[in-house]
Amino acid sequence: MSAVPISWYLTLSAVIFALGVAGFLFRHNIITVFMSIELMLNAVNLSFVTFSYQLKQVNGHLFTFFVMVVAAAEAAVGLAIILTVFKNRSTLNIDDIDSMKN
Amino acid sequence: MPVSNFVNPADLVRFLPEIILTVMGTLLMVLDPVLHKRSSYAFGHLSLLGLAAALVASVYAFRDPGPAFGGMLMVDGFATFFRVLVIGVGILTILPSYRFLARHDAETSEYHALLLYSIAGQCLMVSANELIMIFLGLEISSIASYILAGYLRDDKRANESALKYFLLGSFATGFFLYGVAFIYGSTGTVNLTSVHAALTGPNAPSPVFVGVAAALMFVGLAFKVSAAPFQVWAPDVYQGAPTPVTAFLSAGPKAAAFAIFLRIFMTSFQPIANGWEPLVWGSALLSMTIGNFAALLQSNVKRLLAYSSIAHAGYVLVALTARSDVGTAAAMFYLAAYAFMNVGAFAVVSHLSGRGERYQNVDDFAGLGQKQPLTAAMLTIFLLSLIGVPLTGGFFGKFYIFKAALESHLVWLTVLGLLNSAVAAYYYLRLLVMMYMHEPSEAATNAEPLSFGLSAALILPALGTLVLGIFPSWVLEFAGRSSNLVK
Repeated sequence: MSAVPISWYLTLSAVIFALGVAGFLFRHNIITVFMSIELMLNAVNLSFVTFSYQLKQVNGHLFTFFVMVVAAAEAAVGLAIILTVFKNRSTLNIDDIDSMKN
Repeated sequence: MPVSNFVNPADLVRFLPEIILTVMGTLLMVLDPVLHKRSSYAFGHLSLLGLAAALVASVYAFRDPGPAFGGMLMVDGFATFFRVLVIGVGILTILPSYRFLARHDAETSEYHALLLYSIAGQCLMVSANELIMIFLGLEISSIASYILAGYLRDDKRANESALKYFLLGSFATGFFLYGVAFIYGSTGTVNLTSVHAALTGPNAPSPVFVGVAAALMFVGLAFKVSAAPFQVWAPDVYQGAPTPVTAFLSAGPKAAAFAIFLRIFMTSFQPIANGWEPLVWGSALLSMTIGNFAALLQSNVKRLLAYSSIAHAGYVLVALTARSDVGTAAAMFYLAAYAFMNVGAFAVVSHLSGRGERYQNVDDFAGLGQKQPLTAAMLTIFLLSLIGVPLTGGFFGKFYIFKAALESHLVWLTVLGLLNSAVAAYYYLRLLVMMYMHEPSEAATNAEPLSFGLSAALILPALGTLVLGIFPSWVLEFAGRSSNLVK
């Protein structure tokens, strides 16, 4: 029935997660960094669905809904924070945001 | 599950603190237009009332401990201990907030509502018995605190603080969640005790898979408790956030994150303890060393206390490394003592910093002993406790942690930890010397007289610190009875 093996989905999920981590660490635009985090959460969702399918359980599918709701709440708050930062500094480059040091 | 069993009254009683906090937070926002015209203090009074009610509800729920909602929550001594702790931190955060918010013309219902939501999330976290519930509690707590960190939205430093807290907090959540997914995939369950059973059972999953999951969750949680090498966000976030919020962040979410750290690693991952012990050992040592040595170089007091809080996270991780019930009890005791002394110290900074938080440097504390003897005396108690001087809670906290570590044969970690405490004494003493042996600074001269709320915010944690230092057995015995998490 399953034409594509489970391990492929898990590999894809791991690759997406790694891309998210790399994006978070190496990109300079705050919006891109934020999108990388969303990518990580979606990679996790893919794993949840895959595991759920493999285990023949419905739980994993439900978890993805929780994760999606949380990600949406995070996006709302995060974008608001990014907006206030932009309003006060007129930049979205993460390297320019380091006013606190000794 | 039949519908009639879905919600029963016992479940609701066990969930009462979270319900009260959420309802009160929402009520605050709904009543905003009415209350705003009357008195600017009404919000503070109402949220104190909500927290007091939640405190009573937490204790009441413990009269009949047990699982709730089909085992998703577990109201036991451990959960109750941490519920009372985070609600207490909430009360001690609101007391200095009255004056702070008035000074910045920022008295709104949102501040208090967000604080209550954040505490509700922490209560859910510490009583959760399932990884997804823990995740939800963690996020409720975190999302509210991201906004609180940037609450003064015209302040550039507060913006930066909120942004960094948000980005790194969400990044950490991603790791934690990926770990949860792996646990779900390999054991087919997210219930903490069932995971424990699956790992010890006959069809135990591949250790590599479980090891990766534990490592991912360790990374996520280490971020949340600001343990090295994932501590870089803490100094900037703590420095930029409004000081009462900093006090809250350094005690409440941290204590709750440690609670789930202990619960997950001492329950679910207890069967693979030999695998994670070196990881936690290294992180504990690194946190203590980085925290203490970086704190030596700081001139900003909020930054100094941020590094000190990284070091204190290291001490608690020493207790986790001991991986015994005695260690868990020691960690619980330490987190309580730490909450009192740290929130108290930040309340002094909040008092002294003035409008726009101008005075935050070590030099600004000069002559405080001469100008405001009571404030200085209270800060002295907190600093002595942070050093770990006998008769304070901090002393017994460290004592129990290192005792637990020695009982688990962690001799090297104990020796290095004690050396670290000696280093730490230097930067706390520097602040004391500044207060008592220098001519008054501009900040100390201009400091407002203590308001009622601030006096309470200083005296209550000072009393707490002393009670823990003089009668430690009251708290330790309760912690000891609640520390056996594997059932």
